[in-house]
Amino acid sequence: MNNNKVIQVEGLTKMFGDFTAVNAITFDVKKGEIFGFLGANGAGKTTAMKMLIGISNPTSGKAKVAGFDVFTHAEDIKKNIGYMSQKFALYDDLTVKENITFFGGIYGLSRKRIKEKSTVLIEELGLEKVANKLVGSLPLGWKQKLSFSVSLLHDPKIVFLDEPTGGVDPITRRQFWEMIYKAADQGTTVFVTTHYMDEAEYCDRVSIMVDGKIEALDTPKKLKEQFNAETMNNVFLKLARG
Amino acid sequence: MKRFIGFIKKEFYHIFRDRRSLFILFGMPIAQILLFGFAITNEINNVDIAILDHSKDATTKEIINKIASSKYFSTKQIINREEDIASVFKKGQVKAVLNFEKDFSKNLIKENKATIQIITDATDPNTANTISNYVNAILQKYQKELNKDITMVYQIVPETRMVYNPELKSVYMFVPGVMTIILMLVSAMMTSISITREKELGTMEILLVSPLKPIQVIIGKVFPYIFLSIINAAIIVMLSIFIFKMPVQGSLFLLGLESILFIISALALGILISTISATQQTAMMISLMALMLPVILLSGFIFPISSMPLPLQVISNIIPAKWFIIIIKGIMLKDVGLQFIWKETLILLGMTVFFMTLSVKKYKIRLE
Repeated sequence: MNNNKVIQVEGLTKMFGDFTAVNAITFDVKKGEIFGFLGANGAGKTTAMKMLIGISNPTSGKAKVAGFDVFTHAEDIKKNIGYMSQKFALYDDLTVKENITFFGGIYGLSRKRIKEKSTVLIEELGLEKVANKLVGSLPLGWKQKLSFSVSLLHDPKIVFLDEPTGGVDPITRRQFWEMIYKAADQGTTVFVTTHYMDEAEYCDRVSIMVDGKIEALDTPKKLKEQFNAETMNNVFLKLARG
Repeated sequence: MKRFIGFIKKEFYHIFRDRRSLFILFGMPIAQILLFGFAITNEINNVDIAILDHSKDATTKEIINKIASSKYFSTKQIINREEDIASVFKKGQVKAVLNFEKDFSKNLIKENKATIQIITDATDPNTANTISNYVNAILQKYQKELNKDITMVYQIVPETRMVYNPELKSVYMFVPGVMTIILMLVSAMMTSISITREKELGTMEILLVSPLKPIQVIIGKVFPYIFLSIINAAIIVMLSIFIFKMPVQGSLFLLGLESILFIISALALGILISTISATQQTAMMISLMALMLPVILLSGFIFPISSMPLPLQVISNIIPAKWFIIIIKGIMLKDVGLQFIWKETLILLGMTVFFMTLSVKKYKIRLE
């Protein structure tokens, strides 16, 4: 196995009855890479991602995440990944600190480590004044950033982000991507799905899913050349229209 | 273990920061038990009655005195004509009229027989029934006093004795029922809502992606409710002992154990409901329709099972609450030990294991 590849997927398939949601996809993701996972709604992005993070069983194919097989070692995978879902998923009725403590706790961090981490995290995000306020009272952009930081709390090898910037203003999106870059610089692999094609440009490599299949996979630059398009948006439109 | 404690702490934050759930948890049990104990009662106290006395002799006076001096009745009105009976009822001033026939004493001595007509307002049939029973009881007692000097041969006097609840206090019947309802409500509805809430918010996904095992998540979610339900059960028992003077005859320890068993069966049902409902509203509706109504109507809490039509009697057997009510009534009122209720306990245990297995299985399937 190539140690440099933290995600290896070969012919991964998921069927729901007769419907093939994910059709034999094959790709791999290198360590420290920002991997964009694109596709229209219903193309199978979320289903594919759920198989990789171990909450959905694949029908067939092979997949290894952080060196562990998704069929047999889903529990080991869970310890090594972070996940931020589409829905904002911290607890609104807990304070910023309580959320950090809780999520640190379920990942088995020691009390001391949680304390250190939360101090650093709150300072980095500039949340000192609201650290003891309920998360529900924070603006969405702040919550989103906090949610991302929480998913990195246990220093995962790979972090999976499912449309993390939905419904956020452009400035916050910008700041969010800066956080993603920073995480990647520190060696965390970032696997991100998105709707925003401009965000696709920020990724190291991009895969585009259409109807359960990966139709294109390369760096944004090469994809634009290949499809003779100005922007990723045009690449996407050309692919989606067939 | 540390993870687990953190999880439970979080769960308590949820509960204590949500006023609505706090109210359901602690306000409702207290309100219900007080309501059932004080307001909704089958007993009668100081019921207003009217007297129509056609004879006005020594005997009728004595009987009227006896009735008026009991705490159950107060003679509100004396009327003189038959026509007035209808009007006092229509005005709603009295619940019953006692109509003494003419020449009451004379008839009694001459013919050994005199008649009193008890006319009751049966718009409320239960009360009407109770009133007539109470009046009859007073009359019989008086009759016995009259006859005590005369030796009568071959007289059959039925003597009714109510055991376990000699004063027929309805609170004795309500406490076990209310306790059952509340434990069912708190355990099943609250857990199903709290689990579906995590599903709705998307946090359940995060928990499932974390190294926590699904079974740990479930236990973490239900544990606080086990704890709170036990406290609730204790509050109810305490209220009934101290406020309603209801004696708990049997072992409190056994009562506690049986309650925990019932709580766990209700929790399992709660988990089951949460696996089939996507939103908190659905969970709440299913809890109310599928659990609360059967508990109230078919458990024997209000309507005796033995007088139900056969199909309903059969259905009542699959309701855990039915067995729990039999068990706690036995313990609280009759001081029975496990040797008399082991069958019911075993049925309840079987149901609990069944629901638990089913809900854990269903929960796992949902994760696919």
